[in-house]
Amino acid sequence: MLLIHCPYCDETLPEAEFAYAGEAHISRPADPMALSDEEWRDFLFIRTNARGPHYERWRHIHGCGRFFNALRDTVSDRFLTTYKAGEERPAEAKLEAAE
Amino acid sequence: MSRYRIPGMGRVDPAKPVSFTFDGKPYTGLRGDTVASALLSHGVHLMGRSFKYHRPRGPVTAGSEEPNALIGTSRGPGRFEPNTRATVQELREGLQAESQNKFPSLKFDIGAVNDRAYMLFSAGFYYKTFMWPRSFWDKVYEPFIRAAAGLGKSPTEVDPDTYAHRNLHTDVLVVGGGAAGIQAALVAAKSGARVVLVDENPEMGGSLLSDPAVRIDGRGSWAWLAEQLSQLRAAGVTLMTRTTAIGYYHQNFVGLVERVTDHLDQPPSGAPRERMWHVRAGQVILAQGALEKPLVFDGNDRPGVMLAGAAQTYLNRYGVKVGDNAAVVTSHDSAWYAAFDLVDAGARVSAIADTRDHVRTDLVDAARKRGIEVLTSHTATATYGRLRVKAVRVNPVRHGQVGAGRKIACDVLLISGGWTPSLHLFSHTKGSLSWDAESRTFLPNHKTEACQIAGAGRGLWGYGPALEDGARAGLAAVEALGRTSEPLAARVEGDRPGTGAIQTELPTDRSAGKAKAFVDYQNDVTAKDIRLAVREGMRSIEHVKRYTTNGMATDQGKMSNINGLMIAADALGKEPPQVGLTTFRPPYTPTSFGAFAGYHKGATFELTRKTPIDPWAEANGAVFEPVSLWRRAWYFPKGTEDMHAAVARECRATRASAGMFDASTLGKIEVAGPDATEFMNRMYTNPWTKLAPGRCRYGLLLGEDGFIRDDGVIGRLSQDLFHVTTTTGGAARVLNMMEDYLQTEWPDLNVWLTSTTEQWATVAVNGPNARKVIAPLVEGLDLSDETFPHMSVAECTVAGLPARLFRISFTGELGFEINVPSRHGLALWKAIHQAGQPYDICPYGTETMHVLRAEKGYIIVGQDTDGTVTPQDAGLDWAVGKAKKDFVGKRSLQRPDIVAPNRKQLVGLLTEDGTKLEEGAQIVLDPNQTLPMTMAGHVTSSYDSTALGRPIAMAVITGGHGRMGETVHIPMPNGTVKATITSTNFYDPEGERLKA
Repeated sequence: MLLIHCPYCDETLPEAEFAYAGEAHISRPADPMALSDEEWRDFLFIRTNARGPHYERWRHIHGCGRFFNALRDTVSDRFLTTYKAGEERPAEAKLEAAE
Repeated sequence: MSRYRIPGMGRVDPAKPVSFTFDGKPYTGLRGDTVASALLSHGVHLMGRSFKYHRPRGPVTAGSEEPNALIGTSRGPGRFEPNTRATVQELREGLQAESQNKFPSLKFDIGAVNDRAYMLFSAGFYYKTFMWPRSFWDKVYEPFIRAAAGLGKSPTEVDPDTYAHRNLHTDVLVVGGGAAGIQAALVAAKSGARVVLVDENPEMGGSLLSDPAVRIDGRGSWAWLAEQLSQLRAAGVTLMTRTTAIGYYHQNFVGLVERVTDHLDQPPSGAPRERMWHVRAGQVILAQGALEKPLVFDGNDRPGVMLAGAAQTYLNRYGVKVGDNAAVVTSHDSAWYAAFDLVDAGARVSAIADTRDHVRTDLVDAARKRGIEVLTSHTATATYGRLRVKAVRVNPVRHGQVGAGRKIACDVLLISGGWTPSLHLFSHTKGSLSWDAESRTFLPNHKTEACQIAGAGRGLWGYGPALEDGARAGLAAVEALGRTSEPLAARVEGDRPGTGAIQTELPTDRSAGKAKAFVDYQNDVTAKDIRLAVREGMRSIEHVKRYTTNGMATDQGKMSNINGLMIAADALGKEPPQVGLTTFRPPYTPTSFGAFAGYHKGATFELTRKTPIDPWAEANGAVFEPVSLWRRAWYFPKGTEDMHAAVARECRATRASAGMFDASTLGKIEVAGPDATEFMNRMYTNPWTKLAPGRCRYGLLLGEDGFIRDDGVIGRLSQDLFHVTTTTGGAARVLNMMEDYLQTEWPDLNVWLTSTTEQWATVAVNGPNARKVIAPLVEGLDLSDETFPHMSVAECTVAGLPARLFRISFTGELGFEINVPSRHGLALWKAIHQAGQPYDICPYGTETMHVLRAEKGYIIVGQDTDGTVTPQDAGLDWAVGKAKKDFVGKRSLQRPDIVAPNRKQLVGLLTEDGTKLEEGAQIVLDPNQTLPMTMAGHVTSSYDSTALGRPIAMAVITGGHGRMGETVHIPMPNGTVKATITSTNFYDPEGERLKA
């Protein structure tokens, strides 16, 4: 059972309150119809599948209900940080150095 | 007093005898005994048969790592438990214990024929033996494996006990109440931190309980122990005995299982049998100690062969002499001390054979002084005796040559291959291990959690170092938490530190291929099996493990992993760290299903959602079905009606006059705000801009991949307010999806989303007389077709209740859906039922709802669609707003695979001979094609239709929309059924009835 920090509630709470919501920083194109089939395929299906730090989305579904972003190491399952949706992605090197 | 009990020794209470039975025979033990120690006090070593070869076995340990002495215990009906370790189960009055894996009896067992056929059962025997012929699998091999496999008997009755779950938050959790753990807890508690100390045994003390002779701070170890425990209590430390740390998870989350009643003669009523604790600790201190390893040689599993440390525990802790005449084979100093204790207690030890060339002279002198023959540079090559060891064969080893063997008579053989730090919990955290070349053992290295490891668990041997290290770990833990405490020193006299040599299987002068030298007692894996696995190409220790099953039994390799690794490394010609250790997995010891399930069983296994109308349905004889978490009325049988008859009647009544249906489970979401229309335009395929307030529309929701996710009727109540309905099972998913887009893609839209599923109770009234039924109840609304046509919505009063009234239909009949606040749902239902009596209104359930909608070809998302169906595939092209620039999934509707021909499309099917098809049945175009046939699709819905007087079905079929009128074939076990492809709109295709 992980403990996850919700950047909106500013509290660290049990994983059971949260739901995973896929890779982060993948924006829906402003005009999908302008995309080629390959570009649209990449948006729909192609993901990083990182071994190590992974930018991903979580939702505090049984709490404030907000979607937020996290950097989690997929090997150790350790959360390096969480941050609000819309914020710049933090540099992973800096966070790993702080570990 | 039983034959092998030594008065004045042990921590058992001689004044409190406890009666129990083993295989039906009555025995008496003492309060404080385990089943194993009580049986040993009567000279009983034979306690079970092994798993594969059915070899006679006795206890080799005195603790939770025991692989052999597994028993079934029972305490009345439903309270039978298999595979309990006799070395752990405390004696209680009237305990019934039985041995396992034996037929007809423990002393004579037919399955032991496996032992003689052992060549058949070598490593990988499943893979080799059961390969061919293929046709033997179902009838010969699988029944054989199923009959032979399994450890113990599964209980067959429902467990009547309760199991509790609790959460516990603490600053410091100390696992292991031995010397190191106690010191760690004391130092930590003195910092003011909250400290919890847990131990799996009935009392704290660890190996101190087996070592009364050692003196600490000028006192006997038991007196010192009592003093430390009272200090711990005084310092506020929570002491939890009979509590096993079963798993160590992320962020210092530790699972504990506390055995609450298994040791009690009479459990207090209402007490849980076990309690699982979910602990979150600031710091964890692992002080689990070390486990003794057996030596691997032919016959090392005979009853009476036992770890030297276990014999020492039975003697000192339980006052039980494990035999009259012991022999010892060891590679570690600790077994010498065990032998000394036995002699000092009055037993005879004829010889100590040590594999090492040099043993400390003080040990040799002490042995000779006690009349023990000392044999250094010796190996053991055989044991004798069928149900109990009678002798051991030992041979001198000189320059790698095994000399002539010599039999030494004994009734118990103590063995020791040294000690292994207990790394299990540390390994659960993916902490890395390092190979200590000097002690030739793995030690904890890089930590991934906020934890300390203390004492023998990191390779320290002897009480002095363990006490010092425990205090150090306690200090380190509280300092990591920003606290301070004081170091704690302890003075130890009579410490008995030791060293040893690590062995593979012992050398022998006999055929190694015929030796039954056991590495894993519980899975019957021998040294030969491991070498065979390497010879047959297994290079990774993980492959060796799976091929031989070494370390895969319920003891999780506590005794076998290191010996197995040493032998595999030797066979591979590599150093052990290059071969590596297999993964230790939770739970640390076998854990009952009850402890995991806790309160989640029976009625509280998962929640059951009920609508406000559910009590009426129950009182009126409804048969229910689960729909996601809801329980819904399925049909309402009258008299002796079966489901078929009830559904036919409900369908007829609804189409003839009026029916009423509890639709409260439909998901409901309010979409409100100035940008609500824009939001709806982006989410749903349909256009919403021109939908006037007071009107409804069927809404279709796609995923971004273009496949149908959900549907439902959506009413516009005002410019900025939509009442969205979803499928019953899809409500939460749809809201999550809407929130996702709103929060992360379009945060600029000014929209609020609110789940209102449980705020509204919904009653659907359908049938030609539906309007006549409800009209007298409705105030503030003209229900005529002119002012309130099909697909209208209005707020009004129904039966005196505030309502949202929809004119919609999921049956093809004139229909209304009335929403009232949930607390009024039952009142509304009753009012409508009353008002409908002149029209013989018929309450119907979900099955009739399904039939009526299928007659109209209305789809059920998730039944007629499966996540790969587009609007075109489902014949719902009309619901897609072609003029809209964008909506979720729009771009995907032009993906090459979605515009490709021959996609599976939803069609109707009518069988030629009137057979009702099976839902899920596969469809082929040509029944005479060669096998395997090409599947053209499958049946998604199938019902008997009363309105049409025949069965109807819906199906997805390749290129189905272009195959109207064609014949397809559905191969079934009783022959192939022919069916004609039709439209899905079977009944009233013009839709005249809706306009009534």
